[in-house]
Amino acid sequence: MSERSQAEHPKARIATASLAGCFGCHMAILDIDERLMDLMKLVEVDRSPLTDKKRFTQRCDIGIIEGGCCNEENVHVLQDFRRNCDVLIALGQCAIMGGLPAMRNAIMHSDEPLRECLDEAYITGRYIRNTTHNVPNDPALPLLLDEVYPCAQVVEIDYQIPGCAPEGDIIFDTLSKLLTGKFRGFEREMIKFD
Amino acid sequence: MGEPRLIEISPVTRVEGHGKVTIHLNSENEVDEARLHIVEFRGFERFIRGRLMWEVPVIVQRLCGICPVSHHLAAAKAMDMIAGVDQLTPTAEKMRRLMHYGQVMQSHVLHFFHLAAPDLLFGFGAPAEKRNIFEVIKEQPELGKRAVLMRKYGQEIIEATAGKKIHGTGAVPGGINRNLPIERRDHFLSSIDEMLAWAQDAVKLARDYTLEHEDLVAEFGSFPSNYMSLVREEDGALDLYHGNLRALSSTGNVIFDQLPYPQYHERLIEDVRSWSYMKFPFIKELGPEVGWYRVGPLARMNTASFIDTPIADAAHKELKAVTDGHPNNSTLANHWARMIEVVHCVEKIRELLNDPDLQGNDLVMTGERRGEGIGVIEAPRGNLIHHYQVDENDQVTYCNLIVSTTHNNEGMNRAVKDVAVKHLSGHDQITEGMLNHVEVAIRAYDPCLSCATHALGQMPLQVELFNAEGELVDSKAQSV
Repeated sequence: MSERSQAEHPKARIATASLAGCFGCHMAILDIDERLMDLMKLVEVDRSPLTDKKRFTQRCDIGIIEGGCCNEENVHVLQDFRRNCDVLIALGQCAIMGGLPAMRNAIMHSDEPLRECLDEAYITGRYIRNTTHNVPNDPALPLLLDEVYPCAQVVEIDYQIPGCAPEGDIIFDTLSKLLTGKFRGFEREMIKFD
Repeated sequence: MGEPRLIEISPVTRVEGHGKVTIHLNSENEVDEARLHIVEFRGFERFIRGRLMWEVPVIVQRLCGICPVSHHLAAAKAMDMIAGVDQLTPTAEKMRRLMHYGQVMQSHVLHFFHLAAPDLLFGFGAPAEKRNIFEVIKEQPELGKRAVLMRKYGQEIIEATAGKKIHGTGAVPGGINRNLPIERRDHFLSSIDEMLAWAQDAVKLARDYTLEHEDLVAEFGSFPSNYMSLVREEDGALDLYHGNLRALSSTGNVIFDQLPYPQYHERLIEDVRSWSYMKFPFIKELGPEVGWYRVGPLARMNTASFIDTPIADAAHKELKAVTDGHPNNSTLANHWARMIEVVHCVEKIRELLNDPDLQGNDLVMTGERRGEGIGVIEAPRGNLIHHYQVDENDQVTYCNLIVSTTHNNEGMNRAVKDVAVKHLSGHDQITEGMLNHVEVAIRAYDPCLSCATHALGQMPLQVELFNAEGELVDSKAQSV
């Protein structure tokens, strides 16, 4: 952490976001269990789906991103995190590689995988009723991206914590070492990719 | 009098996943329209095609990180059918049930304490910076500790039965891939009584809240609807893992009962609407206007004839007495129902831990192969349907999913509009606290916006306010 943020805030500030993912990495954050109480002595939680702070209230020391980018809104949120966080962590396989959502990027023998996915869900599916024969299309719905993109293709990422989902232990270990300036890389046995 | 306005709540927070609400206010400051939008799309039903059947229970749980076990087991049940297995070995079925009770327990605890409790403890209009689990832990450390440890207990049950807390591999077509070692059983038994006591305290907390706020609960996002869930085949008891479909009207009339779930598509159909990626299921013969229904903890309390564990059954009777045995239509009563289910899960976990079948070694069955499989389970948020066809090469050729939150789409939208009309209409100034009321109504459904779209990504929740001409009037995002 920078000296500036240490001097101005007694506690570090952390923000989290879930983009195109399953929320499992946020569940893994909660899997640090009783140590949540220890972590709370070190940090304040700013913008996060776990709080009602829907926008940044001030600059944060650490931003944690779950999920990749599947629509324009994901991109905006990710860029906002990059602008407002000193350190940005991509948490889990979706943020790092696209994960399950990226399965829509390539469908065998298909030139238009996204179109085929939309058609199956809303037009050709067997047990649906669609009076307009259109896929959902409304100003309230953000535009879908042609592909699902990992975070590092959109903004610069400082750390990647692998796993689907990463275990609570590696999240706690990484965060507490980053916050106390002791982070020297991941312990080999903690790194898991599934 | 002013200009028409559009108010946006984006993202909806303290729900799993993402959503967005739009509220349309006319020039008289009346709410014309209010909608919950699901803004992400994944396309799972298409891209699962071509995957091998044994991969499916492992892949599908990545739809959702909060209830991965429910997707895992619904898919496994469908694959059992394809593998020609109608009855699992006792060890396999009991291990799966243990996994599922662990899942429902942790998910319900997470929802009640971590996500909803700040509204109930501090008030719907409390300052935004106060409404989160971290403040609950600060102000009520004992309650906070219990929340953390109860959720941990459920997660560890999942880990012991599936290998991992999130996205495990326990269930395989026709069975399970591990049993429960004695030392793990003893570890869980050592704190089961404490868990049961805490679960009973949680029921009391939720019940007292519901009864003490009787007027609020009666009017807040409440309305009659149909209800649907699985019930046990023999006697209509609550059964979270297996059974037949039962649907009741708002007054308790039977719409259908003991319907074998492979016939779900004869009674249910999903409507597509332009403004949400989440579809709107309804009961075919009743049509989209009156055929929509709700699922989840309160729906299960309404449909189940009784509960087969004594402490939860007594609590169920107490809940039913409030409405003289008729279905309870109060959205906020979902919290009470949810905690009754936590007690039921803990009672079931205790019963299973004491069953020596969990240490059995007969794990997987095979049978005569079929081309189609349908698996249905009661996930924490309600009924969950997985439907697949598989070809002779074991590759998936067709997939249809109706997830719990999708069943509740119409109900959530009605609750959003009801609360918006009651709490926002006629005000010059819309405060952040007023907007939180809309989110409180959504949270009562514990929506899992992560898996609700079968789509890639997340589901933003946004409230819109339109004028009488249907134009977007104003956009005021809920922000702090």
